[in-house]
Amino acid sequence: MIVNQSDSNYTDDKTCDAVGSHTDNENKHYDIVGSRTGMWLFLYTEIMLFGGLFVLYAAYYRMYTADFTGAGKELDILMGSINTVMLLVSSFAVAASITAIQKKSRKVALAFLGFALFLGAMFLVNKYFEWGHKIDLGIFPNSPLMEDSSHGRVLFFSLYYTITALHAIHIIIGMTLLAVTMAFIMTDKVTEHKYVLLENAGLYWHLVDLIWIFIFPLFYLIY
Amino acid sequence: MEIIGKISYMETQATQPIKSFYETPSPSRFTGIGAWLLTIDHKRIGLMYMASVMVWFVIALILGLLIRTELMATGSTIMEAETYNAIFTLHGVIMIFLFVIPAIPAIFGNFLLPIQLGTDDVFFPKLNLLSWYLYMLGGFLAILSLFADGPPDTGWTFYVPFSVSTETNVGLTVTAAFILGMSSMLTGLNFITTVHRMRMPGMKWMEIPLFTWSLYATAWVQLLATPVLSITLLLVILERIFGSGLFDPSKGGDPILYQHLFWMYSHPAVYIMILPGMGVISEIIPVFSRKSIFGYKAIVGSSMAIAVAGSLVWAHHMFTSGMSDVAVFVFSFLTFIVAIPSAIKVFSWVSTMYKGSILMTPPLFFSLCFIYLFSIGGLTGLVLGAAGTNIQVHDTHFVVAHFHFVMFGGTGFAFFAALHFWWPKIFGIMYNFKRAYVAAILTTTGFMLHYIPMFILGIMGMPRRYYDYLPEFQTGNFFAGIGAYILVAGVLVMLLNLLISFKNGETSPSDPWGGTTLEWSIPSPPPLHNFVESPKPKGYPYDFTDIVRSNSLNSNDSLNRGSKL
Repeated sequence: MIVNQSDSNYTDDKTCDAVGSHTDNENKHYDIVGSRTGMWLFLYTEIMLFGGLFVLYAAYYRMYTADFTGAGKELDILMGSINTVMLLVSSFAVAASITAIQKKSRKVALAFLGFALFLGAMFLVNKYFEWGHKIDLGIFPNSPLMEDSSHGRVLFFSLYYTITALHAIHIIIGMTLLAVTMAFIMTDKVTEHKYVLLENAGLYWHLVDLIWIFIFPLFYLIY
Repeated sequence: MEIIGKISYMETQATQPIKSFYETPSPSRFTGIGAWLLTIDHKRIGLMYMASVMVWFVIALILGLLIRTELMATGSTIMEAETYNAIFTLHGVIMIFLFVIPAIPAIFGNFLLPIQLGTDDVFFPKLNLLSWYLYMLGGFLAILSLFADGPPDTGWTFYVPFSVSTETNVGLTVTAAFILGMSSMLTGLNFITTVHRMRMPGMKWMEIPLFTWSLYATAWVQLLATPVLSITLLLVILERIFGSGLFDPSKGGDPILYQHLFWMYSHPAVYIMILPGMGVISEIIPVFSRKSIFGYKAIVGSSMAIAVAGSLVWAHHMFTSGMSDVAVFVFSFLTFIVAIPSAIKVFSWVSTMYKGSILMTPPLFFSLCFIYLFSIGGLTGLVLGAAGTNIQVHDTHFVVAHFHFVMFGGTGFAFFAALHFWWPKIFGIMYNFKRAYVAAILTTTGFMLHYIPMFILGIMGMPRRYYDYLPEFQTGNFFAGIGAYILVAGVLVMLLNLLISFKNGETSPSDPWGGTTLEWSIPSPPPLHNFVESPKPKGYPYDFTDIVRSNSLNSNDSLNRGSKL
């Protein structure tokens, strides 16, 4: 378990000693493993948050399997695939930016993060068109069309909107985090000696990506 | 040698007083009210929680008293039915989300967890302050929901479909609960990280004091269960705004799924409420028995076992909701399983006292009341956990009596015990013992008179949450009402006694009780960084050899003075 490793491979011992635990509270000791532990714990809560929705999906999928597979065909696989690829590439970009920081190339790190941000934005644009198209067709909760639809179809699209909307909010939070990290890199608050913020932002971004990896097959690929 | 060292240490303390955290704001640039509102000192944050939690507690206590006054006679007594629905909802929401859940972890956990671990703060001090602000924001929204569109009338469980169809302002209250959940979750995250990363060098897992262990177990439940509630409440909001239909049978949704998701958090939440209380009792009993805690490892293990098993029993709230018989059987069985670790704790406390040299003090008195009341609560829980008897008493006053025995007789009394135990440490003053005993006796007597009639009413068949009842339930409700007044009087005497100690309480030494955990080795109130010199791990935290020896040497010790007050 990561949490019990007393020192990580790049703990900056000098920083630890210089601002040891008995100096002012404001200069808290700098413990990378601890910060990372906190982030991992936070990611567990995110998984539980989405977990609740996946439980609903599982229950309703079992009750209305035929409706769900039918409604799944209405979603645009191409758009979904493009979005999936974009998120995967952006995750790679974030991981690459960490390597870049470790190798002291600030500009490359910033470029990779900028690219990830761009992909995140493109994901949202894509999502906007997807949603817009569905709403144009009259597919949204409480619409006249949905009132005549089968129960399973109504629930499928309610879940689709709820889960993708919550995921989109997470994309926005993740993009904010990445942007803040970029600002920190520019002002030299994140450097090759101290980049736990970048790592944590990266972890968050990977989680958002990972959740999409589950959303994509559950909605787009069921037949 | 150590005793002499300790005495001389206390003497230097008397001549050269170390500045307490009250005198040294952190961050130091803030003064006045800013030194509190912008502080990142875990002790100040704990005290800010104490101030706000106490206000909510008194408000919810008065709301509860109003409910029981209304029920003292048949028909309309002091309020209309709608008001009654709103009041019992608010009583529940405030007591659960604003008092019982945060009371012990947020106040005493914040104050003591870093000290018991021998460190100077929690791992994320700023996050800790943010948690307090989220708590205040949640409380503020809960108040606001009173004035906009009428207070919610759903009960604290917000069951669909009523919570979706009712005209009252459920949305705002649910948002409040959502934010309070975040606050509690972040506190849990902070505590887990602190326990993992900030134990003083050399402190092993099996050397952590039991209160901190219980907070650690609680923190995991807070962390993993709260998001499930968050998403459920979010879905209620979406359902109200967009009519998404996920819980609406007319659109194919299943209201039972709401109940599952709700209790998936809210039953573990019951253990969020009781586990820290058990931790408090595990600290108090050995100190006043002058004897090492019986079964340290068993108590640690049972805390973790409760955290795990308690997360798997939620559906016992739903035996009559229309689940399959298999589910009823499984959840009934799991509910019996979770009784085992709770019983391990009770037996350990009693065994600790066996052949100990017991010193009666108000904290111990409250703890003994806790054990008694909690045991009744726990045993009646088995009546409810057994599927057969559950059908008989489901949704009756029996349930009300049961969970008040656990939540109030359990967590509430543990909270009172904690207040009396750590009061001298937190404020450096000692309260009057005699008044504390009077308060404890009044509270316990009132408690019994208040809730035991409800058990009987429940078995007779009186439903919970009803505004009115049949004439044959009159006597029981009348006596329960009398009990409520005695209970509230007892609590008020207790709080007043504590408040009076600010005016004429005697100064308390660093270790008034003879405790062995680290918080008793530092000045009262503690200095800003908790420890004057770096603490050394003592190995096992409950070794009373030195305390017993120094007590026999020092006949004029602080406790004898305390009891003469």
